[in-house]
Amino acid sequence: MEITTETHSHHISQQFNNELEDLKTHLLAMGGLVEKQVQDAIYALTEGDSAVAEEVRANDRNINEMQIRIDEECTRILARRQPAASDLRLVMAVTRATSDLERIGDEASKIARHAIQLAEEGEPPRGYIETRHIGNHVRNMVKDALTAFARFDTDLALKVAQEDKAVDLEYRSAMRALVTFMMEDPRSISRVLNIIWVLRALERIGDHADNIAEYVIYLVKGMDVRHSSPETIEQRLSND
Amino acid sequence: MEAQAENKVTEAPVATGAQTQDPANNATGSSMTDTQNVTGSQGKPAAHETKSHSIDISSMNRGEGSSLSLEQETTCLDVRNMDLFYGEKQALFDVNMTIPKQRVTAFIGPSGCGKSTLLRSLNRMNDLVDGCRITGEINMEGQNIYQKNVDVAELRRRVGMVFQKPNPFPKSIYENVAYGLRIQGINKKRTLDEAVEWALRSAALWDEVKDRLHESALGMSGGQQQRLVIARTIAVKPEVLLLDEPASALDPISTLKIEELIYELKDKFTIAIVTHNMQQAARVSDYTAFMYMGNLIEFGNTDMLFTNPKEKKTEDYITGRYG
Repeated sequence: MEITTETHSHHISQQFNNELEDLKTHLLAMGGLVEKQVQDAIYALTEGDSAVAEEVRANDRNINEMQIRIDEECTRILARRQPAASDLRLVMAVTRATSDLERIGDEASKIARHAIQLAEEGEPPRGYIETRHIGNHVRNMVKDALTAFARFDTDLALKVAQEDKAVDLEYRSAMRALVTFMMEDPRSISRVLNIIWVLRALERIGDHADNIAEYVIYLVKGMDVRHSSPETIEQRLSND
Repeated sequence: MEAQAENKVTEAPVATGAQTQDPANNATGSSMTDTQNVTGSQGKPAAHETKSHSIDISSMNRGEGSSLSLEQETTCLDVRNMDLFYGEKQALFDVNMTIPKQRVTAFIGPSGCGKSTLLRSLNRMNDLVDGCRITGEINMEGQNIYQKNVDVAELRRRVGMVFQKPNPFPKSIYENVAYGLRIQGINKKRTLDEAVEWALRSAALWDEVKDRLHESALGMSGGQQQRLVIARTIAVKPEVLLLDEPASALDPISTLKIEELIYELKDKFTIAIVTHNMQQAARVSDYTAFMYMGNLIEFGNTDMLFTNPKEKKTEDYITGRYG
């Protein structure tokens, strides 16, 4: 049975309603923070602003803390309420989403670390256009995945899964361009490598956003679409 | 099962150790190359063992839960277009379902939804209710149990029932279990002894009562009494076991024992259980039927019903919502 955002607020136990509502709110708060981390990390990189990068590195601790808090909440709900059906799927989706969000946070922190290195070397930007482009792309994916979670919107979740493929393509062509830079000028290798790590991190962020989108589909439709292509997901959604 | 697996693991190295020792002892006088060969040949089976560590994904489908589907089951009881009336009031509306053989089928639903009524009609317990009228049929092995020529006593031997409150007879433990056999005319002591022991063992009660078989059954605890009643029911080897809230009057540990018992018994019997405890239905059953206001709303694989029910009414009930 398909569910809506209202589904989790009609329990006979008002307390249970509140607990599930809090869980969603906390996950989205964590998501908001993670999204900002990604945005700041990209900004720090492209603008060479190591102060912002340091901030991102420091904030990562808050994200880890939130993951633990939210997971605790989930464990408590499982132990005390034994949720079933859509409630159970919500709790499962939230625990999974927190771990992906936490990983996105880690990747943002990595980007910030490379941003600091690049800023300290202080050479003219090269390969930044690619990073900025992919960066904006994955940032929107994270945002859309979270919006899909907030609205229980499977269409938007499907869009995120489709975007992920586009990001993978962009990642590959950016890699090619960077390899060309390195061949042209071997002195640039060390800094281009830094940019490659950043690209890699961005690509991973896209994968995690894709995972979150898949959990949304699981939560709303009850179908597990992990490890399937966007086409298969689309087909299964339209068959439902 | 786990203990056995562990035994195997611990046994294996011991066995290879013994094998290696033997040739080594035989070869005490011989040259170094011989002993090296021995160690070399040891290496081979070890390489084979590493191969066996590869994981068989299909073995992860434990508890057969995920692969259960009604189409693949053998039918034990087949309920067709059944309506049931208590006087003027209709209690069941056009119920259609099949109860699969050697599986646990749970009935859940709010009070007064007709689940007990449906369970009781499976061995014609409703015949005893004044003004109860049934249309439609319930087929057991192709025969409608509501046909006029059906011997109800025989039907109830084949379809046993256990009720909410344990109701042992005021007799000894032994006589309680032997009762069903005695009324069938079996009085041979050895046959009875064997049957009583088998039934008590099957009901996981033997070890607790074997030293006091001839004491009164009323001196037992509630959980023991309930298991005694189950033993009494299975002593006559029925095909179907109907359990009407068998654990609702018991403490959690006794409840778990009864649930474990249900799991053990499903190899031999077809079990239908009515319960108000949804977690219990989720724990013990293979299939779950959700009933509401005399209608069978949803019937299917327990795993599916509790993770992704098809009907909104089912979802609302199992998650504790108002419609």
